Amino acid sequence: MSNTAASRNIPPRGTPAGLRFFVYATLSLSIMWLDQRGGWLDTVRFALQAVAYPLQMALASPAAAWDWTRENFEQRTTLQQENRALRERLRELELLAMRRADLERENFELRSLGSAATDVADRWLAARVIAVETNRLRQRYTVDRGTVHGISKGQAVIAGEGLVGQGLRVGPWSTEIILLADPEHAVPVQIARTGQRTLALGTGRNGELSLPYLPLQSDIREGDLLVTSGLGKTFPTGYPVGSVSAVRRDGASPLAQVTAKITAKLDRDRVVAFLWFKPAHPAASPTAPPAATPP
Amino acid sequence: MIASTVRSRLVLTTLAAFVLQVLPLPFWLAAIRPPLAVIAVIFWSLIAPRVGGITLGFVTGLALDVYRGAVFGQHALALSLVAYIAVRQHLLVRNKPLFEQTVFAAALLFASEAVSWAIDGWTGNAAGGWMRWLPILVGSLLWPLTAAWQASENRARR
Repeated sequence: MSNTAASRNIPPRGTPAGLRFFVYATLSLSIMWLDQRGGWLDTVRFALQAVAYPLQMALASPAAAWDWTRENFEQRTTLQQENRALRERLRELELLAMRRADLERENFELRSLGSAATDVADRWLAARVIAVETNRLRQRYTVDRGTVHGISKGQAVIAGEGLVGQGLRVGPWSTEIILLADPEHAVPVQIARTGQRTLALGTGRNGELSLPYLPLQSDIREGDLLVTSGLGKTFPTGYPVGSVSAVRRDGASPLAQVTAKITAKLDRDRVVAFLWFKPAHPAASPTAPPAATPP
Repeated sequence: MIASTVRSRLVLTTLAAFVLQVLPLPFWLAAIRPPLAVIAVIFWSLIAPRVGGITLGFVTGLALDVYRGAVFGQHALALSLVAYIAVRQHLLVRNKPLFEQTVFAAALLFASEAVSWAIDGWTGNAAGGWMRWLPILVGSLLWPLTAAWQASENRARR
């Protein structure tokens, strides 16, 4: 007769499953509704992002440890080679910078403007990627900089080779970046060769963009460089976005089907940089810290 | 006493499954990664419906939402539903042969993804192509592997 619920230590039944499900489902639906409407739930998300930060750091630590070990065990000769290559590159860039200063002056004189239009972003802040999510639905990075570092929503993010994306959900110490290849992202671009402006949409495939709004007869070919056009005031002008990888002209459609490859190496970069517009620029972020100096 | 050790195992395994599900992986590996946290919720709802139950589903879903929800509450709803169905049917399913259990788990995995897919669609987020369902397939095929774990769990509770 000892086979009763109490003697077998079965926890009490409590609320019936159906009621409990109803409560949770209602709760989920109201959370969703509130989240869609914006508003106060952003604050909750902000706090949860702060809670999630240590776990994200812990999850990123194996990759970080691996990078650290690899760096430490790199051969002397490899380092010397790299050093030599970097020095050469630096010399090259110095020459380019000199030439650029000259061009800027020329440009200034030609346009007789107060400032050269291309030079709208001057401050930047490096951030380390601590979590990566790349699938067909979402192409996101999480980096270890947030509001305490002066990051704000919609801030442009670049890597060494080109544009990466923009800040989306900013937490206190971390920020979720939406990448260019995210299917919900669009960036206003300009074809560097012809000056034609259009939008480049993310596809959800790693490092691939599509340009669906170009007419059949538009002058675009494989290898054309796409740069940011600066329209929309989120991204500064003239940063490389990608290069055209395929142009398909199909008589059945009035538009050309163009795909492009993103310049920034998205699956390899572990460090990205946030950009600040010059304070005089209309799109300058009000929260820019006074001294976000390059490290 | 027993309940508390079951509870700690439940929390630990679900947490481990959650970490493995959100761990950053290379693109192709992440594309076939089974939804381990969902599997853990189904598993515990069948084995110990009164310990975790629907609360486990809801909490795990909320945690997933922090990491990868397009809309907050999306996974919470999907996993509450999955946990509810599993809790309601646990007595029936527990005594079924392995194949039928696998079919049941596959249906639940599909249902959870279908809920978040529908919410993605309704809220105007990207819904993705067929690649979205790949982890579900992998997870379903892996379900028989949990049978051994299930057996050891049953032995521990006897």
